[in-house]
Amino acid sequence: MTPTVPSESLWVQVKTILSNGPPAYTFFTLYALISSLLLISNPRTSLTTDIIFVFFLLLVMLVYRSSVHKYFKHTILLFQLCIVLPYFGTLNPFYLEVATQAGIFVTLALGLNVVVGFAGLLDLGYVAFFAVGAYAWAITSTNQMTLINPDWVPLPPIAFYPFLIFGLILGTITGILLGLPVLRLRGDYLAIVTLGFGEVIRVLANNLDRPINFTNGSQGIREIERPNLFFADFVRNTLGWNLSDQKLYELFFYFAVLLIVFMTILVVKRLKESRIGRAWEAIREDETAAIAQGIPLVRTKLLAFAVGASFAGAMGVIFASKQLFINPPTFDLLRSINILAMVILGGMGSIPGAILGAVLVTLLDLQILPRTANVLRDLQRAGFPIPAAFDPTQYQRMLFGLLLVIMMIFRPQGILPDERRKEELIADEPDDLPEQPDQSDSGTPPPSAATPNGSK
Amino acid sequence: MAAEVNAPASARFGRRSPLEVLRTVFGPVFQLFLFIVGSALALSLIVVLLALMQMGSRPDILTRALTILPQVIIDGLVRGFLFATIALGYTMVYGVLEFINFAHGEIFMVGGIVGAAIGLMLFTSGMLAGVPVLLFVAIVVLAGMVVSGSLAVAVERVAYRPLRGSPRLVPLISAIGVSLVLQDVVRLIVTNTPMGFNARYHTPDFGSPIRLFEIDLGERVVPVIVSPKALVFISVALLMLIGLNYLVNATRLGKAIRATAQDRPTASLMGINVNRIISLTFLIGGALGGAAGALFGLNVGAVNPYMGFIPGLKAFTAAVLGGIGNITGAMVGGVVLGFLEAFVSSYLSLFTNGALSGAAYADIAAFSILILILIFRPSGLLGEATTQKV
Repeated sequence: MTPTVPSESLWVQVKTILSNGPPAYTFFTLYALISSLLLISNPRTSLTTDIIFVFFLLLVMLVYRSSVHKYFKHTILLFQLCIVLPYFGTLNPFYLEVATQAGIFVTLALGLNVVVGFAGLLDLGYVAFFAVGAYAWAITSTNQMTLINPDWVPLPPIAFYPFLIFGLILGTITGILLGLPVLRLRGDYLAIVTLGFGEVIRVLANNLDRPINFTNGSQGIREIERPNLFFADFVRNTLGWNLSDQKLYELFFYFAVLLIVFMTILVVKRLKESRIGRAWEAIREDETAAIAQGIPLVRTKLLAFAVGASFAGAMGVIFASKQLFINPPTFDLLRSINILAMVILGGMGSIPGAILGAVLVTLLDLQILPRTANVLRDLQRAGFPIPAAFDPTQYQRMLFGLLLVIMMIFRPQGILPDERRKEELIADEPDDLPEQPDQSDSGTPPPSAATPNGSK
Repeated sequence: MAAEVNAPASARFGRRSPLEVLRTVFGPVFQLFLFIVGSALALSLIVVLLALMQMGSRPDILTRALTILPQVIIDGLVRGFLFATIALGYTMVYGVLEFINFAHGEIFMVGGIVGAAIGLMLFTSGMLAGVPVLLFVAIVVLAGMVVSGSLAVAVERVAYRPLRGSPRLVPLISAIGVSLVLQDVVRLIVTNTPMGFNARYHTPDFGSPIRLFEIDLGERVVPVIVSPKALVFISVALLMLIGLNYLVNATRLGKAIRATAQDRPTASLMGINVNRIISLTFLIGGALGGAAGALFGLNVGAVNPYMGFIPGLKAFTAAVLGGIGNITGAMVGGVVLGFLEAFVSSYLSLFTNGALSGAAYADIAAFSILILILIFRPSGLLGEATTQKV
């Protein structure tokens, strides 16, 4: 399975020992304790902490992949994500922010995974639904309300909580509205139309400051309301933790995102295993056969679109109130591609894959790229011939583009592939035209052309 | 049987009379001309009707609408030929591979950057003023064609060919990746050269704008002008379209391309080297895109690495509008879309009294057209009814 490990037998041995029986329990308990201790004793933002943080998160995946008891898994996860990480977050807010961002993108990736992975509909404008949710809260919670109509007042902060549900519904409605006309289209047309739709939403956000100021145009909306902390008194007086408002907000958003991620995973997992999930897979594999089996095509596709969009809508609300400021460039095509790259990196159709992809790409974005930039700058100062204008954080397009191309050529099923999806992407014989070796060609045929999928 | 085999090649391949060749080459061009006139007339009529409807509240609106009309039509022509030349690349690749070459917008952008680089080189060496205008245009267009064409072929080799035969989404995602990579690679290159991110496109002096005619309004005279650069753009684009029509409709190579587009396995059975034809299609499409980029940059005066995205998307819209896979359709779709955009961007603010900015909503108009066409007539304006297209 893993070609990078030279002696596979040893690797397999280690893997079986560490995923079963008493050694596994000891190993994971020790791992959890040691990584937590290391993390808490290193509260500064540095490369060492970065590495520890990555190992800390790696445990989550290792535990998930091992075959220890369910309750043990849950205990470890609970300990890591609900106790150690938030506590560490009070010491160093940067890492809590990284975790929160990762959580937001995990939800988005899971939502897009429903559309792209389960139902096989390539949606390149997914961020539009996210934008709709974010702008809905941004407009209704700030003075934009009064600008639209002098009689209206902004919503109070407490309205944030019901508004999450509203964001969910709004996302669903937008998904259905977009889906209704375009879902009859076949794959690649759908991709372009959704891309166009994403652009339309961005252009609208950019231009709807006239004739009535809805979105404040390219200036963006500032001072978006945060939810009120109804539990602040409880935390401070009853629990006796003296935390500042800022820290409480950070923790609040972390837990809110965690909760939503948890609920999303639950919903997506159940959906995947349900009748609907199997209908999506049937449509993805063969539309005609699916129709013949009595699956209502448009309704099933629409459901995938709506489910995907609803998560994005709800997350948009949280994102807007967490960031306090949104503007149209926040929701550009690159963001959609970013989420798509997460899904593809992890494996289309695979839930753990989407989670892993989202965490990896977020870490890459927030930690690895800035660190590399620092290293490059140091090298530059030391006299290495690196172009002055080269800053890795500014070349995300190149990075994600390369990621997409390389994944498609060498591992289209992703890092943690979904079983059924893998079968389609790997064992699929070219049904269209068998690659015929061209005898008459004067040029040298590329070696990769001979084996269509890199399989066998 | 033997006699048939021994018959001269010209008879076997059915050499056509010069008149027939002329008809196959200029037939599509004539069709294009009809569509240009038709869409210009139809859109002008709509403008006049809208103006008449608003006459009650704003009495001067008809004259204001009519005075800018000729300028809008010229603008529409330039935009239309731009979209048409880019759309040809999409449509040819689609015809042969049934695959949307997402990176085609970037191929177009590279053509523009190459043109700007040549302009800058001539400028810094001080030779720019001495170069005759037509020679300059020829150099820029040819360089853009060569670089963009070879780039398109290279992209096909590296990123698309290994994926042939995979599920549909796989090459599409790869193409999106290629598009992003090209944008940033070009950005990396231009920001580290004297060109800079927003590269100025140095050209020799093209002379002052040509006054076509003047509209006498009584109190003032409104001239109708066309810039020489726009004129160059339109005429070169037209020449390329005619050349392409000749290549595809009247040569053996064109026949091979059409055969491959119709049925790849059968074409390969007939002795056509399908892989070479596919490379060739990318070469031609890329060359046209590159030439369009070089001319577009020359017309606008500046280029940047991200400029290919929106024109690429709109050219795709144009290809769909005309019927994807259909070469004449791509030209017609491009021109119709160009006119539509020019009219929306010029008249929207006039008719809404400045409330909506036309330039911003022209994009929305283009995408709405795409969605409407795909819903109501997925085969496009000229496309033949195909069941598997959507």
